[in-house]
Amino acid sequence: MNTLFKNMGLTALLSFFLLPVLSMAADEPQEQWQTLKEIYFENKTILEDADDWLVIEAPKRAEDAAIVPIHLYSKKTQTASSYIKNLHVFIDNNPMPYSANFHLSPALETVDISTRMRVDQYTYIRAIAEMNDGSLHMVKRFVKASGGCSAPAAKDQVAAMARLGKMQIRYRDGDSDEAKPVQVVISHPNNSGLQMDLKTRGYIPAHYVEKMQITLDDKVLMTIDTGISISEDPSMRFMLPAGKAGHGLLKAEVTDNKKQIYTIEKHI
Amino acid sequence: MKNKTKVTLSAVTIAIGTLLMLKANAEEYPVKQVSEGIYYHQGVQEDANRDNKGEIANTGFIIGEKCIAVVDTGGSYLEGKSLLAAIRDKSDLPICYVINTHAHPDHFLGNAAFKETEATFIGNDKMPAAIEARKSFYETRFSDILGPHFEGTEFIEPTQLVSVDNPITIDLGERELVLTSYPTSHTDNDLTVLDKKTKTLWTGDLLFVKRIPALDGSINGWLATIEKLKAIQLNAVIPGHGPAQYQDWQQAFDAEQHYFSTIREQIRTIINDMGTISDATQTVGLSEKGKWLLFDDYHKRNITAAFTELEWE
Repeated sequence: MNTLFKNMGLTALLSFFLLPVLSMAADEPQEQWQTLKEIYFENKTILEDADDWLVIEAPKRAEDAAIVPIHLYSKKTQTASSYIKNLHVFIDNNPMPYSANFHLSPALETVDISTRMRVDQYTYIRAIAEMNDGSLHMVKRFVKASGGCSAPAAKDQVAAMARLGKMQIRYRDGDSDEAKPVQVVISHPNNSGLQMDLKTRGYIPAHYVEKMQITLDDKVLMTIDTGISISEDPSMRFMLPAGKAGHGLLKAEVTDNKKQIYTIEKHI
Repeated sequence: MKNKTKVTLSAVTIAIGTLLMLKANAEEYPVKQVSEGIYYHQGVQEDANRDNKGEIANTGFIIGEKCIAVVDTGGSYLEGKSLLAAIRDKSDLPICYVINTHAHPDHFLGNAAFKETEATFIGNDKMPAAIEARKSFYETRFSDILGPHFEGTEFIEPTQLVSVDNPITIDLGERELVLTSYPTSHTDNDLTVLDKKTKTLWTGDLLFVKRIPALDGSINGWLATIEKLKAIQLNAVIPGHGPAQYQDWQQAFDAEQHYFSTIREQIRTIINDMGTISDATQTVGLSEKGKWLLFDDYHKRNITAAFTELEWE
């Protein structure tokens, strides 16, 4: 079972009871976090001292709650002696708050990741960097958005199903000496399990991407545990290590909760 | 004798009362004649809220020799009732069709007001699926936004369906209407109504006038559809939002086309340069600001939708 979902039952239950209270007490949005922290980090100390080097960018008010662009980056280069091992992303008030865990390799060098997420209610979005020495550093952003998880999927349902599983690796050509952006995107409904089915009038069963692994010349750059907070057509944009563009085989392997595996590779 | 006077008096009172009600309704829910026998109510150019009661989309009707067709019913059961009263103010003919231009709440949530009529409900063949997929979401949102004004609202689906390749013609008596469905454009279930007699076209939300168009389908599809619509010979056009257009109707389509082709070109450049949605929302289409109402509410959302479509080109 995916580590992200180990405590899903518990958090879902907590969300169920806590959220109505929270939406009334909008000025106390930290309450949910205390619970999440206890579940996922037990009594470990999480420092809020990273604002000068770890950045989470998100719109203050989301334009489309089902597609909220999130940009995470670190101003420190990953090195073998000091690197972010796990980058945990929480969206406090989402049905499944633990939204992603990026397992990062020192080989990645530059931590600069853009993705798109669903936001269900006004909430804090948090990124917690777990360093190789075990220390934890948190940054957070408040985002105003609502309805992202129950919002209807696909603007064009037929077209979306027709391209299910189609993948792209996109990158920028050019000089290979500097870090280069690469985007891996897969066409997948990433159903949250909270959207209604048109025929049965029940809920569409959750069908989401659970894991994405990205390797360069068979070396793992990052493995990402994902879930229903990720938008339809999951997209990960990141920076290739400097000097690597122009001669490498980039592979992406995506696994969804039905254990279907999708792969793509490209010489870049 | 005394009783008879009383009866007559009450009849007069009722008649006067009814007239006053109709008059009150005509003031509260005015309709304007666009072409002979074709009337529309222009929704306010705002997002739905309690003050405007969700009456933000254009609604209307077409009167034939035999019967009447309604085109879009508004954002709630109560708006549908106001529209029905406005129709009855003009004609007593039966209502034989209720035509829905697409499955957005401001256009079809008044359907329940026409349940008791003999009308057949018509829509794009993808409309029922779109309603089912979004019903619970819209119900939660709009009952919250409209509060008491949402009372009695039901999600009524069309039963006579029009597919993309097969336009249909309906007859209101000496008046033929051509109903056409389109590939995904504003939504995946758009439909237009053409009155052959006066060459008046109801576009639904394929055309927004003054209010910024909202993309909930496909930017490429919508631009292709605009080309098709501009090629029709027309005297008048009734958009989904904004005032009816007459001889210069093509200019309204030009403005919309310019908006979408401008943002499409700029988004494609950003995608090719490996930019992100945030890069696009910060820089794309700023020259269009000032040209459209509700620009700040919808522009970035349009860019987000277009971006996620265009990255699959």
